[in-house]
Amino acid sequence: MKGILLLEDGTCFRGCGFGAEDKKCGEVVFNTAMSGYQEILTDPSYHEQIVTMTYPLIGNYGTNTLDVESNKPYLSGFVVKENCNFPSNWRNQISLDDYLKKHNIPALEDIDTRKLVMLLRQTGAMKGIICTDGTSIKNLKDELDKYPGLVDRDIVKNVCTKKSYTWDKPVENEFGQTIKPQAKYNVIVFDYGIKQNILRLLVSHGCKVTVVPADTTAEEVLKQKPDGVFLSNGPGDPGPISYAIETIRKLLGKVPIFGICLGHQLLGLAVGGDRFKLKFGHHGANHPVKNLITEKIEITSQNHGFCIDPDSLLDKDVQITHMNLNDNTLEGFRCKNVPAFAVQYHPEASPGPHDSNYLFGEFIELMDKVK
Amino acid sequence: MPKRTDIHKIMIIGSGPIVIGQGCEFDYSGAQACKALKKEGYQVILVNSNPATIMTDPELADHTYIEPITPEMIEKIIKKEKPDCILPTLGGQTGLNTAVALAESGVLKKYNVKLIGANLATIKKAEERDRFKKIILDIGLEVPKSGYVRNWEEAQKIVAQVGFPAIIRPSYTLGGTGGNVAYNAEEYKEFIHWGLNLSPKGEVLVEESVLGWKEYELEVMRDKKDNVVIVCSIENLDPMGIHTGDSITVAPAQTLTDKEYQTMRDAALKIIRAIGVETGGSNIQFAVNPQNGKMYVIEMNPRVSRSSSLASKATGFPIAKIASLLAVGYTLDEIPNDITKKTPACFEPSIDYCVVKWPRFTFEKFPATNPELTIQMKSVGEAMAIGRTFKEAFQKAIRSLEIDRYSLDRKHIDSKIDNERLKQILRANRWDKIWYVAEALRRKLPINEIYELTKIDPWFLNNIDQIVQFEDKISIKNLKQAKKLGFSDKYIASKLNMPETQLRKQRIADGICAVYKIVDTCGAEFEANTPYLYSTYEDQCEANPTKRKKVIILGGGPNRIGQGIEFDYCCCHAAFALKEIGIESIMVNCNPETVSTDYDTSDRLYFEPLTFEDVMNIVEKEKPDGVIVQFGGQTPLKLANALSKAGVKIIGTSPDSIDAAEDRKRFNKIVEKLKLNQPLSGTAMNYAQTVKIARKLGYPLLIRPSFVLGGRAMQIVYDETELKSCVENAIAVSDKHPILIDKFLDDAAELDVDAISDGKTVVIGGIMEHIEEAGIHSGDSACSLPPFSLSPALIKEIKWQTKMLALELNVIGLMNIQFAVKDNQIYILEVNPRASRTVPFVSKAIGVPLAKLAAKVMAGKTLKELGFTEEVHRSYYSVKEAVFPFLKFPGCDTLLGPEMLSTGEVMGLSDDFGIAYAKSQIAAGNNLPTGGNIFISVKDADKPKAVEIAKKLHQMGFKLLATKGTCIELIKNNVPSEFVLKMTEGRPHIVDLIINNQIAMIINTTVGKQTIKDSFAIRRTALDRNVPYTTTIRGAAAVTKAIESLKQKKTDVKPIQLYYK
Repeated sequence: MKGILLLEDGTCFRGCGFGAEDKKCGEVVFNTAMSGYQEILTDPSYHEQIVTMTYPLIGNYGTNTLDVESNKPYLSGFVVKENCNFPSNWRNQISLDDYLKKHNIPALEDIDTRKLVMLLRQTGAMKGIICTDGTSIKNLKDELDKYPGLVDRDIVKNVCTKKSYTWDKPVENEFGQTIKPQAKYNVIVFDYGIKQNILRLLVSHGCKVTVVPADTTAEEVLKQKPDGVFLSNGPGDPGPISYAIETIRKLLGKVPIFGICLGHQLLGLAVGGDRFKLKFGHHGANHPVKNLITEKIEITSQNHGFCIDPDSLLDKDVQITHMNLNDNTLEGFRCKNVPAFAVQYHPEASPGPHDSNYLFGEFIELMDKVK
Repeated sequence: MPKRTDIHKIMIIGSGPIVIGQGCEFDYSGAQACKALKKEGYQVILVNSNPATIMTDPELADHTYIEPITPEMIEKIIKKEKPDCILPTLGGQTGLNTAVALAESGVLKKYNVKLIGANLATIKKAEERDRFKKIILDIGLEVPKSGYVRNWEEAQKIVAQVGFPAIIRPSYTLGGTGGNVAYNAEEYKEFIHWGLNLSPKGEVLVEESVLGWKEYELEVMRDKKDNVVIVCSIENLDPMGIHTGDSITVAPAQTLTDKEYQTMRDAALKIIRAIGVETGGSNIQFAVNPQNGKMYVIEMNPRVSRSSSLASKATGFPIAKIASLLAVGYTLDEIPNDITKKTPACFEPSIDYCVVKWPRFTFEKFPATNPELTIQMKSVGEAMAIGRTFKEAFQKAIRSLEIDRYSLDRKHIDSKIDNERLKQILRANRWDKIWYVAEALRRKLPINEIYELTKIDPWFLNNIDQIVQFEDKISIKNLKQAKKLGFSDKYIASKLNMPETQLRKQRIADGICAVYKIVDTCGAEFEANTPYLYSTYEDQCEANPTKRKKVIILGGGPNRIGQGIEFDYCCCHAAFALKEIGIESIMVNCNPETVSTDYDTSDRLYFEPLTFEDVMNIVEKEKPDGVIVQFGGQTPLKLANALSKAGVKIIGTSPDSIDAAEDRKRFNKIVEKLKLNQPLSGTAMNYAQTVKIARKLGYPLLIRPSFVLGGRAMQIVYDETELKSCVENAIAVSDKHPILIDKFLDDAAELDVDAISDGKTVVIGGIMEHIEEAGIHSGDSACSLPPFSLSPALIKEIKWQTKMLALELNVIGLMNIQFAVKDNQIYILEVNPRASRTVPFVSKAIGVPLAKLAAKVMAGKTLKELGFTEEVHRSYYSVKEAVFPFLKFPGCDTLLGPEMLSTGEVMGLSDDFGIAYAKSQIAAGNNLPTGGNIFISVKDADKPKAVEIAKKLHQMGFKLLATKGTCIELIKNNVPSEFVLKMTEGRPHIVDLIINNQIAMIINTTVGKQTIKDSFAIRRTALDRNVPYTTTIRGAAAVTKAIESLKQKKTDVKPIQLYYK
């Protein structure tokens, strides 16, 4: 099966297709994590993105039913140097290829992924179309021309839950073993495209978790008298998610708030900050973040294309708590006068290092303080 | 937090001679440390006995002590230098052990010297296995069941708990020396006793076997603010049970899910914190049960290790340099990433390629040893290859090894064996098992079955299967695919029945060319400023050659006996020299342990195999002004002709001159022309011709193949019966080149001369007189610079002859000549118009960087321009001694001969020859006695000299024990001596006495097969019991002189910088 990745600048990568026979548009990004492709595939934040893995050998350990971050992959396509069709790991259930077929995700292998990554690094993330169904270049180009991209679009609604639900599964280790403390804190989780490991970690920290749709109003939330509100990660541009920003503004000061990734950006916008788009985003599991309070460095898992401009927060009632040491972008802040804090990166890891798990503990402390 | 200002003077302890388990990776780490700390403004005091290192170059440290690495010697240095602290974590196990000894004996306290990087408590927590085990269990991790034993009784108790097979690991030994797997009670008893003997602490760990589990390693860095990063993960292709130094390993880990990897990462963080490594690098080994993911912690090195240098090369993250900076107080966020410049070092490298490391073995040199891999390391070097896929890196690694294998081709094995035999081989851990795995895959044995036999993870087996299944599909039409899979031109050409050069032409015509990618630590996320490159077959090339004047230096490839760190030292100096004269230096090498493959040694680094194909690809990309082949040993020299034929400009001595020196007939003409002398000789292509020549020349004869290094298959033959097997051997390794037959000069003195020439001026670098007689490989003999017994007239004549030969061969660069002197007659044994093994030793002895000068000469400078026209004379003695790996090869004899067996060297310096020699012996680990019993047993020819030696020893108060013949001779000459039984004569015999610690030193020379066989146990027991011994009479004379000096004079320490003043 032939496969193609066509970029908006006209660059065309031809390789072998695998996964589903299909074509899909998305923003082309790269991820530098060397393991954790299944978690990446199932992270809803990658919605409408075509993800290229910089590590060339992907699929080595197959896929399983435990290492998922949502009910299915939401991304548009997956690009690797070499897909492995003979996975070897005691936890493997089905191969990556079969997994992608099952979830209708087209994928591409046997292209010079490093060339693609360098191109994205130099020109910035681009719109692209991945195709494994034999569609002509001309038709692909037409389709790509019509694709609007991520900026100023609300794609949260495509991935978030439509109904609220409760979540009670704690973190599992690779053997499926769990420890579940008694639930002491009522936490309402806004789902903008949440990774399940956040939910698991909240449960493992003693939270009773209720997940609600992204457009749930502040009044509806407060009616349930939560001990805390969590703002989840999610895909795309925070700018157009005005309903969420509005709701967060209303909740500020009334209930402790903790946000991650898109949740961080929405909180930032809610306190009056500005967002901007990074050239090619941060997607990986090796980004150094300095905690400005403890002066310690955390190796973090990251996945975002947009950022809050720290300068835009200077005159706001917030304290910057975390900075990225690679490019000095904002990684976290907390409000000075109301109980709310957020980080841009992923303390829930999955994939990635566990260095920042402590933030869930800080959320608990914050709720304790207010209680 | 910035660097510490409360310390000013830092002492670094090196790792001493290259031995199995402790190779030139510690020169790499030590050199990085010296450079980094000096740059920070600290005074650096370096101790290392190994002259063949870059770190002992005089400009790397403020004071460099080339002295034995023993607590006594280092105390003397501390007393003199009064350093503020010692950085003990960069000199391997030797450096660490010595620092521990100094701390425990109170020396450090006495002189108020602190340990930085790791303190005593930390080192002991990591190194003492029962403490380590307790700490690991306390933090909730698991280790194999085990127990520490100090005697047989304890050993019996423990084995009842751990069961068979049981792993035996003696404490505090290098490279797992004495490590064994016991499958039954009998083996267990034997291994326990051996292990207890070998351990300097008399302790052995007995451990539950995790044979067949998957093995992983993590390289961890920590700073004093408790920031921790994992630099690299490594997965072993070979399962647990094979020493990781002997395993094929891959970076990064391939078959762990992120959940498992993060569990391992969490464990590593917990361990480094619990052990308390304050700053710097550590490596931690894990075993994982492939059936259920159960993870055991195996061990931790609280220091920079072999794996650290591999991880540094595999990721571009300079672990040793950063560890040094962390030790003086910097934190990870304060140190920039050298490669990206803009981002800090506190991150975890992300790599976008696959790295395969393959160990290199020399079992052929130790035929008495079973060539099986165990938990005791036996490899002498390693090659690393980088590719975009495992398959590509794997096949590149094969040809990087330089064992004349370019593929998994079945021609390398006995392919006629039946499947049963094949399975047997797969079950055994042979070094060449992979070729049998390939054969099994070719025969379509199920992967599962191969896994069961080998415990090599199916992921690797399936990858290898893809390579093997493509072998027969190779055609001119799918060259691109073949190249992507990593197949060498040489193999493809053989498959397609065409010459390699023709295939190359065709391939290039088809547009299938190697492209180069950059090792950038970050998966291309940031721009890289360091041209550290590897080849692959993809679209985009990042090589970006400059338009500068440039020269390519071809390195020496994997270390092996005969070609090691000395040649890498020369290559590094070539790079330094070119930099100094404004020429871009481009290094090509595939050895991850070396300084030459450090990305800041040369301007550009290509981490590539040293084959014609790979070198030509680089040449065509870079279009250099010249290529240097004379510094990397035999490896690049072998390529010289082919490269020259392909139009590559070889600078320095021409390939034609190299050939004139190697080609017996051409060389004879030169010797005749110059009216010089050489031993009578002849060349032969087969046995019949050899016999004819042998009868003409008369015995003894020296038989050797041409174009080999380290005296491979070289032998002295005393009669015609010995001749036959010897010739067969020589034909086998000679590869179409003729066999050389020389009349062997019995009891002659041998000399090595290193000289440098620009074609007009020739300057002698140094003349070294061997301690041992001619016939012992020059790499294995000790030697003294200047000579200690030759007349000035003779030396003058030798210098003249050297100059004549250099000019006649039109040497541009370095040359080495070996002379023999017998009855005042000079014979030329060998001329090598290239950098020799002794270049670093001579450079250190005279204080002149010969290799650097030679590189400049090759680039067109004259010696006059460089200001080096006169030989340097020094008033002190420099003695080099060789260090041998016999201990790692049970059952092999320790007799020296014309085939080189040593892995490393040490140097002793003093104004007195005896002291210099004594220092070299101490540095080599031979503890010279000052009292006790000395055992003497010598061959008849040596008896007159033995009497002289014995007289002196007797006068010094030693008691002499001798076997019958020697004893009679001694008594006849009024030397009191006691008669001791040989092993064949009854008991108690000499070996009993050695075992009972009643012998302080052994002098044993032998001749003839039977006597050698009879006396084998004496030498082997002496070796195993660490009793100093000498197997040559000249060696015995030197040792006697050394003991005499030791008893009369003080051994002083002095930095080389002062020697040169």
